[in-house]
Amino acid sequence: MSEIIRRDPRREWIARNRLHPDHASVLAEIGGVQVASEWLGPNGVVRKNPRAIGFIGPSGVKRIDRSGLQQGGQATATTTAARESRRTVTIDQPAFLVAVVPDLTGGRLSNHDKDLLGLARRVADADVEQPGAVVAILFGEHKGEGDGELKKQALGEAGIDRVVHLDDELYAGFAPEARLAVLSAVEREMTPRFWLLPDSPLGGADLGRRLALRLGERAATGVWQIEADDEAPLGWQCTARGAAGSLDIQRPLPRVALALAECAEPVDETRHAAEPLSLVDEIPTILSRIEDLGQVAVDPAGVALAEAEFILSGGNGVKQWDAFHHAAKVLGATEGASRVAVDDGFMARDRQVGATGTWVTARVYMAVGISGAIQHLQGIQRCDKVVAINLDPGCDIIKRADLAVIGDSTQILAALVAMVEQQRGGQRDAA
Amino acid sequence: MQPEQQQKQQKQGIDVTVLVSIGRHPITGRARRAEQDARGLELALAMEAELPGSRINVLHAGSQDVDSEVALRSYLGMATGVGMGLESMTLLEQPDGSDAILPLVEHLAATSPQLVITGARAERGEGSGLLPYALAEHLGWPLVNSLASIEKVENGVVTLLQALPRGQRRRLKVRLPAIISVDEAAPAARQSAFGPARRATFSVSPTASDADSELAQWHLSPARKRPKRLKIIKSASARDRFKAAASKAEGKGGQVLTDVTPEQGAEAIYKLLKEEDVLR
Ligand SMILES: Cc1cc2nc3c(=O)[nH]c(=O)nc-3n(C[C@H](O)[C@H](O)[C@H](O)COP(=O)(O)OP(=O)(O)OC[C@H]3O[C@@H](n4cnc5c(N)ncnc54)[C@H](O)[C@@H]3O)c2cc1C
Repeated sequence: MSEIIRRDPRREWIARNRLHPDHASVLAEIGGVQVASEWLGPNGVVRKNPRAIGFIGPSGVKRIDRSGLQQGGQATATTTAARESRRTVTIDQPAFLVAVVPDLTGGRLSNHDKDLLGLARRVADADVEQPGAVVAILFGEHKGEGDGELKKQALGEAGIDRVVHLDDELYAGFAPEARLAVLSAVEREMTPRFWLLPDSPLGGADLGRRLALRLGERAATGVWQIEADDEAPLGWQCTARGAAGSLDIQRPLPRVALALAECAEPVDETRHAAEPLSLVDEIPTILSRIEDLGQVAVDPAGVALAEAEFILSGGNGVKQWDAFHHAAKVLGATEGASRVAVDDGFMARDRQVGATGTWVTARVYMAVGISGAIQHLQGIQRCDKVVAINLDPGCDIIKRADLAVIGDSTQILAALVAMVEQQRGGQRDAA
Repeated sequence: MQPEQQQKQQKQGIDVTVLVSIGRHPITGRARRAEQDARGLELALAMEAELPGSRINVLHAGSQDVDSEVALRSYLGMATGVGMGLESMTLLEQPDGSDAILPLVEHLAATSPQLVITGARAERGEGSGLLPYALAEHLGWPLVNSLASIEKVENGVVTLLQALPRGQRRRLKVRLPAIISVDEAAPAARQSAFGPARRATFSVSPTASDADSELAQWHLSPARKRPKRLKIIKSASARDRFKAAASKAEGKGGQVLTDVTPEQGAEAIYKLLKEEDVLR
């Protein structure tokens, strides 16, 4: 095409004349697909058509969005894509290492772990010129969402640069001595500047204290806040809970710190590499004086509702309560109930889940014939996975549920019980 | 030889040392018996009933004054009757603010009990819960935390139940001598009786001790309330921020199975339960 811009004075005139019958079509031509709200006038002056800005809102009122996301007549849908993208960060030459030992409860990073990794990132990224890298030492299987690349991504999005993953029988169950041997090996080979562990009972709280004593450090426990401080030996000051939670102790951050939940914001803007690392030296085998005989079967009915791991909860949609109790027994679930079921006398008052009952924290919550009233949903806010069985596909519990099956509760529970019993029977025959 | 030895041990029982500290009432701040330590002593007393002939030695390192004496005596009031071994306790006397670990290690190494029971963390001072671990590291003994109950002691091996989160239990076998620490999962302690507590005596042995210089440098203050975490919405435009603040949180939208037979529905649920590993 030639360099010369050909002008069409007639078209320009129509574009300026709002009352001309061809006005809209000419504007559209000038501005491409959409109606132009801005164009270059004949004298090189930018002209604006304020009427072409904005869009008609849902109630028929014209709305103008000045955030720049929307232009002309149509709303753009690209915002979500822009929001989802995280900045990718790779740290090739870390100035130092921050070692984190997440609990990995049930094979996933818990919220506590994510907070802790956020804290680790704060420490690692304090100096932009010389960033440190976060090394996570994972014991046992990691069950991130998806597998392969996706798994790595889940770790990277939590803020992990390097991963040392030990997925061996040896470290399963209660194996503090074996795990400690690994951490000692990491200390020898990598000498991280900081060791951060979650101060959670039976996870980091135990392992972290053992590690601190092994390294000869006086660990800070119950840390919930850190601040940069140039006077402190390692550059950080921390606030920790002491004396059964009744004291705040301010002290310089030592090399080993055990942090409480919500000690920092989890990472949400960046994605890190999560490169696998392996230890060079052989880890010495330790003759353990503690033998783990495995978990003991506890009666699920005796477990407090607030701390039960798996709850089978029944509501107004449960028609056969005997079958419901039988299902709970077969599945090994703790029983819960909605208020209606309690008021109708089918369940005891202490089994009520919800605003006026118990706030539960189950990993899996199965709601059978419960509509999901707001008072009930409040009580299950902190549950991980919710399964719903209901006749009505439009009710609120379906929106909350990770898996919803639409159908009659009695039949589905019966089918589930049959399936579980059959599988168990099969296993027993094989064994 | 085995049964003989077993019998002998059953007759003799084992030596148990319970470490006790001075607690702090959460509201009044007065000295009292520490909750977890009392549970530890309760556990020891229960074990003694199971295993007659066991000797319980109650041990405390710290200063002796009026307040702490009342608190310490209330541990001794937990056992009544002659020959229960709680007529007296050992007090390693040292000034306030000194490090208790070394005197305790020395004492334990000298008396060599088979089992040491401690609370998980103290209610005063640093309360970091490092003490049991320090003892284990110094003495080289195995340590088990969060104990729920002791099942049996046999041939120098103790079988016990460890409390896991969510009300679960794990059975462990530990070779003696060992240290076990107790927290809220252990059975609640019994009442303390006043008379036996009054009559009990202390056997005091002064110990040389170093002041805890590190602790003295730290700044201690009553616990502040932790700020509640705010839901931070990081978004460039006011419109998105407003929408996030004003709209009801929408579910992530799980999988919905409509028009399936009960069997298919049950199968989907079964798969999820298996994945989550809640079926035992
Ligand atoms: C102040 C206040 C506090 C409250 N606190 C609580 C509380 O703490 N906890 C609580 O639970 N409630 C509470 N409620 C009550 C709450 O508002 C609801 O009334 C209650 O949760 C509804 O219980 P539901 O879901 O079992 O019954 P419904 O709302 O009757 O729901 C029954 C569901 O079962 C389904 N259904 C019916 N038949 C079948 C079938 N054969 N198979 C499968 N599905 C079937 C239906 O489709 C329906 O969705 C409170 C209310 C108030 C006013």
